[in-house]
Amino acid sequence: MRGWFPIYLREMLILRRKLLRQIASMSVSPILYLIAFGLGMGSDITIHGRSYLEFLIPGLVAMTSMVQAFAIATEINVARFYWGIFEEFQASPLSDPAYVTGEALAGITRAILSVLVVILIAFLSGVRLSYNLFFWLAVILNSFLFASLAIGLAMVVKSHADQSLLTNFVITPMAFLGGTFFPLDKMPIWVQSILKLLPLTPASEAIRASAYGQTPPGFPYLILTVLGCTLFGLAIKLVKKARD
Amino acid sequence: MIEIVNLVKRYKTVKALNGVSFRVENGEMFAYLGPNGSGKTTTIRILTGLTKPTAGDAYLNGCHFERDSLKAKRQCGLVPQVINLDMELTVRENLDLHGRLFQMTSEERRARTDALLEYVELDDQCDRLVNHLSGGMKRRVMVARALLHAPEILFLDEPTVGLDPTIRRRIWSLLKKIQQAGTTIFLTTHYIEEAEFLADRVAFLDFGNIVQLDTPDNLKARIGEWALDKMVDGHMHTQYFPSREGAQAFIDQQQGSFSLRRVNLEDAFLTLTGKKVTADGSVAQVSTDHEPTAALLATGPDGP
Repeated sequence: MRGWFPIYLREMLILRRKLLRQIASMSVSPILYLIAFGLGMGSDITIHGRSYLEFLIPGLVAMTSMVQAFAIATEINVARFYWGIFEEFQASPLSDPAYVTGEALAGITRAILSVLVVILIAFLSGVRLSYNLFFWLAVILNSFLFASLAIGLAMVVKSHADQSLLTNFVITPMAFLGGTFFPLDKMPIWVQSILKLLPLTPASEAIRASAYGQTPPGFPYLILTVLGCTLFGLAIKLVKKARD
Repeated sequence: MIEIVNLVKRYKTVKALNGVSFRVENGEMFAYLGPNGSGKTTTIRILTGLTKPTAGDAYLNGCHFERDSLKAKRQCGLVPQVINLDMELTVRENLDLHGRLFQMTSEERRARTDALLEYVELDDQCDRLVNHLSGGMKRRVMVARALLHAPEILFLDEPTVGLDPTIRRRIWSLLKKIQQAGTTIFLTTHYIEEAEFLADRVAFLDFGNIVQLDTPDNLKARIGEWALDKMVDGHMHTQYFPSREGAQAFIDQQQGSFSLRRVNLEDAFLTLTGKKVTADGSVAQVSTDHEPTAALLATGPDGP
């Protein structure tokens, strides 16, 4: 596992160099969703006895952490197809698990940064939630899962265009259907069964429960852990396969 | 030392390497010469762990390139054909990350970075973003990066492609200096004069096969010492002679104007492979005009 740190450090150096742009970019979607769904459509709506904004913010946390963790795939693609840096890693004595660990941690860091932006926006909107240990554990597991998925898929795609396609097919539907903007229990049972299979759904559930100050159920954490570890293992295999 | 045994690489229907075997001795500068698509880059990619071979073995200072890949990689430095520096990072950051990948301590990284940037004459550029450097500077940063962990073997894939002649000569001097420091250098190029100037031994590669392997002097001697060029119907007609006197005697019997010159490695490549490598690395079939004279052929393949 030795050697993950230079991979992580490289991503952080690049992030630091464009930090303001990144933070601005991370803020755009949550602000738009907050205005459109929270302040516009949802101002008079209550869900499970709470205002729609209180329902929406944990959903935005889940969605933003997913999107930003998954965005590590774009950085990997730029390194692989545009700069050719990936070959520098391949030619060095770096193990595949170390590479995946470095990139996954970079994805998690980006996700945490984006969650801090959402929390700040929520604070400025007057929404007060609990950002306790369970909340951050769910955020980290969610980011770990989607960063691992991103690394694996980044090894499969053959171009930047493929990457955009994957984002459209994997991330965009999940962002809307994973319990982010509306409670799943309002949907027909058969739709609920399908939507519960999406990895973002347990993340939204765990993040929302902990943000409400409740003790969250353990099952979503178990799903996120098992799925995250499986995708992490798969990413290692795909990095090995990407050698040729 | 590099030892390659029967290396084969197939890409679906294309055979990029066709059972290549050879050895590069410690401290040797070895050039792999051939047109685009001849298998030069594939060989380097296999040896540096970027591509899996279909069959065959390779040893880098005794370490098997696949079974003991991490140890083998520690002994190698690679300067790929395409510039693959982090453009958004500074020169120093690029080198520092490389040193970390090779598990160097912070003191080692700092000392080697300073020394190497001075070595490649870029010590005043260390805090500039790589994106702001010229092409020649980027190439030199890549050489410095490849040398940072003090590799015993340095692989260079077309190190001077696209550079102007002044920068090219500067890189050549640098490579000579690196070799003098004891590093084994494996170089691919389609610039024949580069191989002739730099290499102790040259392999001519064609369609994944080594067609000739020897010192530049021996390869040239196989076709003769002197070349006689004559334009006939708009085509260059070249004949080779073992001695200047022989060439002069031939000129005396002929009419028209000739150009007499010493044989170079390009002549050897043209004659021994029947092909010409153009400036962009593509290949052109040459006519049978480029052949040793009957008298020279009679002396056998090793020349006069």
